[in-house]
Amino acid sequence: MRHIISVLMENEPGALSRVVGLFSQRNFNIESLTVAPTEDETLSRLTVTTIGDDRVVEQITKQLNKLIDIVKVVDLTEGDHLERELMMIKMKANNGTVRAEIKRTTDIFRGTIIDVTPNTFTVQLVGASSKLDAFIEALGTSNIMEVVRSGVSGIARGEKVLSV
Amino acid sequence: MELLSGAEMVVRALRDEGVKFIYGYPGGALLHIYDAIFTQDDVEHILVRHEQAATHMADAYARATGKAGVALVTSGPGATNAVTGIATAYMDSIPMVVLTGQVMSHLIGEDAFQETDMIGVSRPIVKHSFSVQRPEDIPEIIKKAFHIAESGRPGPVVVDIPKDMTTPTERYEYEYPKSVKMRSYNPISKGHSGQIKKAVDMLLAAKRPVIYAGGGVIMGDASKELIALAKELGCPVTNTLMGLGGFPGTDPQFIGMLGMHGSYEANMAMHHSDMILAVGARFDDRVTNGTDKFCPTAKIVHIDIDPASISKTIKADVPIVGPAQAVLKEMLEQLQAAKSTPSAESLKTWWEQIEEWRGRHGGRYKTDDSKQMKPQQVIEMLSKVTNGDAYVCSDVGQHQMFAAQYYKFNKPNRWINSGGLGTMGFGLPAAMGVKLNFPEEEVVCVTGEGSIQMNIQELSTISQYGIPVKVICLNNQSLGMVRQWQDMNYESRHSQSYMQSLPDFVKLVESYGHVGIKVERYEDLEGAMREAFAMKDRMVFMDIAVDPFEHVYPMQVPRGSMRDMWLSKTERT
Repeated sequence: MRHIISVLMENEPGALSRVVGLFSQRNFNIESLTVAPTEDETLSRLTVTTIGDDRVVEQITKQLNKLIDIVKVVDLTEGDHLERELMMIKMKANNGTVRAEIKRTTDIFRGTIIDVTPNTFTVQLVGASSKLDAFIEALGTSNIMEVVRSGVSGIARGEKVLSV
Repeated sequence: MELLSGAEMVVRALRDEGVKFIYGYPGGALLHIYDAIFTQDDVEHILVRHEQAATHMADAYARATGKAGVALVTSGPGATNAVTGIATAYMDSIPMVVLTGQVMSHLIGEDAFQETDMIGVSRPIVKHSFSVQRPEDIPEIIKKAFHIAESGRPGPVVVDIPKDMTTPTERYEYEYPKSVKMRSYNPISKGHSGQIKKAVDMLLAAKRPVIYAGGGVIMGDASKELIALAKELGCPVTNTLMGLGGFPGTDPQFIGMLGMHGSYEANMAMHHSDMILAVGARFDDRVTNGTDKFCPTAKIVHIDIDPASISKTIKADVPIVGPAQAVLKEMLEQLQAAKSTPSAESLKTWWEQIEEWRGRHGGRYKTDDSKQMKPQQVIEMLSKVTNGDAYVCSDVGQHQMFAAQYYKFNKPNRWINSGGLGTMGFGLPAAMGVKLNFPEEEVVCVTGEGSIQMNIQELSTISQYGIPVKVICLNNQSLGMVRQWQDMNYESRHSQSYMQSLPDFVKLVESYGHVGIKVERYEDLEGAMREAFAMKDRMVFMDIAVDPFEHVYPMQVPRGSMRDMWLSKTERT
């Protein structure tokens, strides 16, 4: 099963490499990983999506918790949560039919065309990873020139917060 | 407040931490620190002949005392030579602080002379690491390093110190912190009382209970509590390789070590038990054998300070996270307050069964079919001559297993071996580290002619500092454990397991100024050993010729259950 694990860690040099190293060292899988500072400059928030059975995910959270730089770990998929990923996708758009098709699909998915040249469109789309996958599928791969995805960020629904 | 340079702060912080000895080897990146060492007498530096030995000496001190040992190595090759020692400590959860030199900050990343990214290289084998970025942080970093290394589940901590952090001309206010607080690191101090209650209820109801105790009892200083609990329950106790000495080896409730080379009765008792109380042990592959066949009828209570050790390989029915000492203490209190006691009748039946198993094998080995000395005989003699009281520092291989099986450890912290990593070359420097700190105690290195040659250069360090350890070398002229596996699994094709061109060990040690004794007949063994131990102030190397074809038994059948064992070359359970 897919899990979204959110980690609050000290904004120290080397902290990220400890997390990434842990995953490879213990043969855990990483589907996506994002990391950035939070409103508290001493803390970074890292989100990792991984696939594993309950035993593996239990080990992942326990092993993450053991890292000295890590302050808190939560498996967001254990409760109600929101997940978002940002994608920018550059496509061949060199005739009217294709341009209209891309525009229409982008509107349906509530994306935005953020760059236009005579031969290309670049679309920005935000949503759950599955929505981004669906957008790629809807357009077909033949026109896609480049895809860049931010990786998943997540947050719990309601009043639950991950903080120090 | 006193003004000190970064180099002086390093040495002063070690003094303020109560460190008596550090083990190390100088080099360019450390010259400022070595100069600071020269100008004081509080911290004594022991100059090894290879950095690996420095880490093992620090490690063994920690194993004997529970306090972090300290190694000091230079950047580049000095640091990478220490890697095996750091990994050894990591695998066995041993507290250690390794100070590594580093090139000047402005050169980092430029492939400078003797530069290695030691933080990166050591990352998977440390509990934590620090890179000094500002000299004024040194006291706090060193305090944190000791705190992290020694608390919770112990482990090695690396502190990487760029040379410009130690410049003698730049001075800073020095104050050693009394304590440190880290919001992201709060080791647990007691177990969950509700969980302990559940465990106590299970123990009271159990018909065939076994206590399976590991290294956590030794490092967690919980031997006293373990003995008290076992006495209250009257149940059998087995120790892991790392846990030997945690429960007295001569106590009738002790059923020996368990696992791959565990005793017949310990493995049989585990397999047939209905309740296993695991304390400070981690169900590793050398204990469990095939995890799918592990102890099919047993409920498992698992006490460990590291939650990640619980249900990692074997699912625990009752997990208890906490230090062994505190949890066992509370368990005993609850047990004594309980209205019922374990069923005496079930316990009697259980012990009758165990005694029957004990009678069937009980660690017997054949001595009659060969004129050659058996390695087991040597260890039994060692146990006799030293009254089971010596610090026994072992290398890795058959001799290690024989020592674990046949030396009767009655006290904790005296069996010092590389269990998790299995580091050949560990024994001699380990013995040196212990002897330096316990000069009045008997300290023995049990080794083989293979392992000893992996750190034999330390004979020179022994000369320099006069460290009178005793080396018991079980010389079977082959890499015995490798050969055993080749005999059992590769139709005796002894690929590279034969030690050709062995040195004359007696002459070799004599050239370093030590005493060498060669023993070839069992009749001479006791006399020679007593003679060796009588030389209190000399390092003595006993080169003892033993049967090259002997195997270690019992040996579990790969991927079988706990009870699937070879008991001799021809007999299987």
